[in-house]
Amino acid sequence: MTTNTATAHHPARTAPAYAITATGLRKEYGEQVVLDGIDLAVAEGTVYSLLGPNGAGKTTTVQILSTLLDADGGEARIGGHDLSREPDAVRAQIGVTGQFAAVDGMLTGEENLLLMADLHHLGRREGKRRAAELLERFELTGAAKKLPAAYSGGMRRRLDIAMTLVGDPRVLFLDEPSTGLDPRSRHSMWQIVRELVAGGVTVFLTTQYLEEADQLADRIAVLNGGRIVAEGSPEELKRLVPGGHVRLRFADPAGYERAAAALREASRDDTALTLNVPSDGSSRELRSLLDWLEAESVEAESLTVHTPDLDDVFFALTSPTTGPMNSLKESLR
Amino acid sequence: MSTHSYAMSDSVTMLRRNLKHAMRYPSMTLTTAAIPIIMLLLFVYVFGNALGAGITPSGGGDYVDYVAPGIILMAATSGAISVAVSVCVDMTEGIVNRFRTMSISRAAVLNGHVVGGVIQTMTCIALVIGVALLTGFRPTATPVEWLAAIGVLALVVLALTWVSAALGLRAKTVESASNAPTPLTFLPFLGSAIVPTDSMPTGVRWFAEYQPFTPIIETLRGLLMGTEIGDSAALAVAWCVGLTVLGYFWARSAYDRAR
Repeated sequence: MTTNTATAHHPARTAPAYAITATGLRKEYGEQVVLDGIDLAVAEGTVYSLLGPNGAGKTTTVQILSTLLDADGGEARIGGHDLSREPDAVRAQIGVTGQFAAVDGMLTGEENLLLMADLHHLGRREGKRRAAELLERFELTGAAKKLPAAYSGGMRRRLDIAMTLVGDPRVLFLDEPSTGLDPRSRHSMWQIVRELVAGGVTVFLTTQYLEEADQLADRIAVLNGGRIVAEGSPEELKRLVPGGHVRLRFADPAGYERAAAALREASRDDTALTLNVPSDGSSRELRSLLDWLEAESVEAESLTVHTPDLDDVFFALTSPTTGPMNSLKESLR
Repeated sequence: MSTHSYAMSDSVTMLRRNLKHAMRYPSMTLTTAAIPIIMLLLFVYVFGNALGAGITPSGGGDYVDYVAPGIILMAATSGAISVAVSVCVDMTEGIVNRFRTMSISRAAVLNGHVVGGVIQTMTCIALVIGVALLTGFRPTATPVEWLAAIGVLALVVLALTWVSAALGLRAKTVESASNAPTPLTFLPFLGSAIVPTDSMPTGVRWFAEYQPFTPIIETLRGLLMGTEIGDSAALAVAWCVGLTVLGYFWARSAYDRAR
């Protein structure tokens, strides 16, 4: 088909609203069903996160969508091209950074990038320019002439992503991109993803870090046991699960005891002198709580509002007893 | 437009990658050359007198002249092991999965390995020939016969390299990749590399006469030393072409199969 750069500026085809669509994707290894009918729709220029515990089928999904594995059933289209009928057209659109660094350990960082440039047929000058630009952007200029063995985990990961970006992919698959990275590298990774999306790239991201999905994703699908058990925006998912509360911390035990006796629905932590009062966090509920404290002249040292986070959602949806969650899933649809 | 038009440039890119690997880590090439060179020294200086005495009445000349073409072939089989190992190592690295998700010719990765392997092995062969000349190997070949001999060697190396690439792809571990082509390295011994097949027991002789390495060795020996070639040349070429085709399709199907 066309080269990547040509595809990016291709005027003839109307752009599909969805960069990735999949229906009923199945994959099994012998008896073991890894993917049990997955449906996906990822809008162009958005971040879609597949969230799930280890072994949920996240990597398998990425491998199928990136043409590494054939699905046993179902269909998928990437950038308007059918995965099984036009794998090469799909490959021209995508970039993949897997869980394990896909760099050539026997070539320097710069040589790795130039190899990618050659394989994208960029030409010598353009390839050199692109390699230098990516080295700069990913803070690897100083390590350009070194072999990846001398790189830190974060540098290897940055080189890996830089290599993926040489061909200007329109759809980017990132399989657990921040696994094994320190917090600083993780944040720079997130920044990279945000910049790419701002440039119109569609990002399909798998992660087991809820915070990562919360930070980056426009939509999240929770994958568990080969099925999508919930799908929606981070806010929608958080609404699925109760668990909001107000935490009151007291300085003196007497005040703590008085409050604990009055606020019967609160759960107590006697050693830390804190009470967790169930609450939706609305100003009305907060005001009545504060009014009550005022009236009883109980002094709380601090008050914090906790809304349910994705952790709550994740544990609720992926715990072995997910019975009631099926109805939650339905309520979302 | 189609990836086929890029097959050539992608293959060249991959070849450059493999040659860069070889240049950066020359130990693999040197090990490949070391084994046949040690064999050569063993057979010439340690066993040479005894073996030579048994052969020279029929053939005449020095034993090194008899054994050198066989040892040169051993460099080819030794190179095959190194190709299988480097293909297998490459497959276990994430980089090949990256290649698979890119719009590049499917054949390019293997073409790069095979052509790179052939260049590496031919370099080893040149080294072995150099050492053989130093130990007293005196070929009688004319420049044309030298060219023909190099051509035959290149064919043999190409055939063995494709077969080993397939073995390397099928191997699950690097250890098994290095073991898989080992039987190949014994084949010259069970042919006419070290001693003429006439001197072997009947069963072994039957095998020796019909296995591919005997006509290949006889062709080489004929070209370099002027001994009788007969139909060995045609047989040698047929074996090489057959093995190349077999190795090629086997390797391609092994590469295309998802791991």
